[in-house]
Amino acid sequence: MEELANLFHGFAVALQPYNIMLMVIGITLGVIIGVLPGLGGANGVAILLPLTFSMPPTSAIIMLSCIYWGALFGGAITSILFNIPGEPWSVATTFDGFPMAQQGRPGEALTAAFTSSFVGALFAVIMITLVAPLVAGFALRFGPAEKFAVYFLAFCSFVGLSKEPPFKTIAAMMMGFALAAVGLDSITGQLRLTFGVTELLNGFDFLIAVIGLFGIGEILLTMEEGLAFRGGSATINLRVVLQTWRELPAYWMTSLRSCLIGCWMGVTPAGATPASFMSYGIAKRLARRGNNFGKGEIEGVIAPETAAHAAGTSALLPMLSLGVPGSPTAAVLLGGLLIWGLQPGPMLFVEQKEFVWGLIASMYLGNLAGLIVVLTCVPIFAAILRVPFGIIAPLILVLCAIGAYSVHNSTFDVMLMLVFGVLGYLLKKCNYPLAPLVLAIVLGDKAEEAFRQSLLGSQGSLGVFFSNGLVSTIMALGLVALFWSAIQEGYSRLRTSLA
Amino acid sequence: MKPFVVNVALAAIAMSCASSTASRAVWEPVRPVEFIVPAGTGGGADQMARTIQGIVTKHNLMKQPLVVINKAGGAGGEGFLDVKTSSGNPHKIIITLSNLFTTPLATGIPFNWKDLTPVAMLALDEFVLWVNAEKPYSSVKDYIDAVKKAPSGSFKMGGTGSKQEDQIITVGIEKAIDTKFTYIPYKGGGEVAVQLVGNHVDSTVNNPIEAVAQWRGGKLRPLCVFDAQPMAYDEPIADGKAWKDIPTCKSQGLAMEYLMLRGIFMSPKATKDQIEYYVELFKKVRATPEWQEFMKNGAFNTTFLTGADYARWVEAEEKRHEGLMKEAGFLASH
Repeated sequence: MEELANLFHGFAVALQPYNIMLMVIGITLGVIIGVLPGLGGANGVAILLPLTFSMPPTSAIIMLSCIYWGALFGGAITSILFNIPGEPWSVATTFDGFPMAQQGRPGEALTAAFTSSFVGALFAVIMITLVAPLVAGFALRFGPAEKFAVYFLAFCSFVGLSKEPPFKTIAAMMMGFALAAVGLDSITGQLRLTFGVTELLNGFDFLIAVIGLFGIGEILLTMEEGLAFRGGSATINLRVVLQTWRELPAYWMTSLRSCLIGCWMGVTPAGATPASFMSYGIAKRLARRGNNFGKGEIEGVIAPETAAHAAGTSALLPMLSLGVPGSPTAAVLLGGLLIWGLQPGPMLFVEQKEFVWGLIASMYLGNLAGLIVVLTCVPIFAAILRVPFGIIAPLILVLCAIGAYSVHNSTFDVMLMLVFGVLGYLLKKCNYPLAPLVLAIVLGDKAEEAFRQSLLGSQGSLGVFFSNGLVSTIMALGLVALFWSAIQEGYSRLRTSLA
Repeated sequence: MKPFVVNVALAAIAMSCASSTASRAVWEPVRPVEFIVPAGTGGGADQMARTIQGIVTKHNLMKQPLVVINKAGGAGGEGFLDVKTSSGNPHKIIITLSNLFTTPLATGIPFNWKDLTPVAMLALDEFVLWVNAEKPYSSVKDYIDAVKKAPSGSFKMGGTGSKQEDQIITVGIEKAIDTKFTYIPYKGGGEVAVQLVGNHVDSTVNNPIEAVAQWRGGKLRPLCVFDAQPMAYDEPIADGKAWKDIPTCKSQGLAMEYLMLRGIFMSPKATKDQIEYYVELFKKVRATPEWQEFMKNGAFNTTFLTGADYARWVEAEEKRHEGLMKEAGFLASH
């Protein structure tokens, strides 16, 4: 009960007019940052961090976390409208969101995405409010082996559940792993596959690859198909929001499942990206219309968005209670906390009650404010698709180039983006799935690092991946997911032979 | 036509006079200054750079904005090469950590600190030997006994990065007490501290700021500091103990000293005025209460050096790193 009293005190802090104003400014800035691919949440927060130094810490963190929510919401917009995910966790949203937009249902897709984000975030905040101390300790059980098991599960649920020919999926994934291996090998401290090229020191950034593969690739495809920008018939009416809302409760099971996956992944802290992919993969398998996934199924938008936001929000819990950031944006926020003289860690909840509960209250209010802001703008966003392709394509190209440049302030990256664009076009023409490639670029080096850290610790024994209940369970789940279709086939054969 | 020529000539003379007076006056940036961080967002160097940026903005110490840019690729090599190739551009400064020495030595990238212009040493970062508070050893001696009793290589030391400061210290400890650890590299210091709390590694050499929260929460215990004298801060942190109460490792029979440079360099071919401008700027930064608070939170060693003293210190430190890394077998093979 003490928590509730603290929370209401937090609401009182967050609801001061000054703080509400900061909230709205933060959300708006965040949406803009989210819409520009490349200028992700982490960069946005880092750029705006110094602005907040003259504010009281609670107000400052309210504004920064609202930028964070805004960026999370904004990331979905370009994913759905132009097939350009602005953040790693928006990739899975493009799979069904973009086809929906092409079918003239962008409003529906956007509403579903925004509402799901809100639901996921709300679920996570409620969890933080009620069980913060219990859940925080859970993250401590995650050593390298457990982390690898989580990544393993993410990869397996993608390969095993994919409807594409498995060899094409694996080929695309291996290409992703190869690209992820470029740069510094963090275990030995040696450079790998850079061939003495200075620009490759940093490896291939996920964002550059994605902007090229998806954004530029899509423009090339559209050009080939005669410059027609499908989706021009988009309805631009606020009613679409209400219509979509009427449909959404039917998918409560998917939402709940995605919330749980998201919270679990956020707390562990594996992060929002594996959460969104895993949630999409599982929804595809379990949904009644799972076969339709990838062709514009609204459930295919709900699942990854809900999980990503549940994870993104619950990732703040290990940051506050342990000082481990669950995402790059959380890492910048963490730096901010230190600058204001707040030390994240076990004592923060005890010593800085006003700050912590003010932040939690602002999570509720910030998300609500964010939902209202973005939903009222749905018709405007959807109307963008009515602009003729001849005008919008150059604009998207410029946007992509700015995005790619702003990741590392490097023109080399812009060239790289174009190369990835051609690659994306060729892969699509040959029917290779892009998603496994992207998943491998995002998680490949992290999985490799965790794998090698585990083996260092176990002095080379693979038994470390089955050394305790937690890691064994996750690994077993992964293996089941990997051989799911074989298991299913065996099961149905068994049934027919018995019958 | 004649008056025109005369006018141009006069104008040229006037301009050259103006520029010569300007060069005698103090140099000042005329464009935004890029502040390169050769490390990722959220790490120690990044925090320091962003604190400086905040202080400069808040106290209006510069007329032009100071823009922090992370160039972390290749263990910071990306950032160093960027500044190295910006010869004669006074609008670019870089904050360095020990990767100033370790990155070129370990990876063989074509860079040496002498390619840059030294500006000032801002502080030195301390390293402390930490263990989980649940463990029975409360002194360095207990710890060394436990390490020696365990089978060789079964004791796990967690640290940030590979062939960088944390691993150099680990090798130093191995040499000092004649034992063998398994060193496990992680991406960031905060993560390392949490891995220790979760008992996934047996000890760490985290910087004070990375582990202080866990110390205050009663999860970690500091055993000794790798400096010649105890740290200067006497405000109690946990169990009535202050940073000052942590003994030096050497006094406890573990002969290893290591401090990490937090210093500023600028691009090659900087003029004296330009260096002077930045030295003055950082003197002003150091005088602010925010900076002093930051130093206290991170229990930094606040040594400040400039000019030839600074260059001499860096040179000696480079030799030392070369020796330490050669002994450890960390030098690039080519």
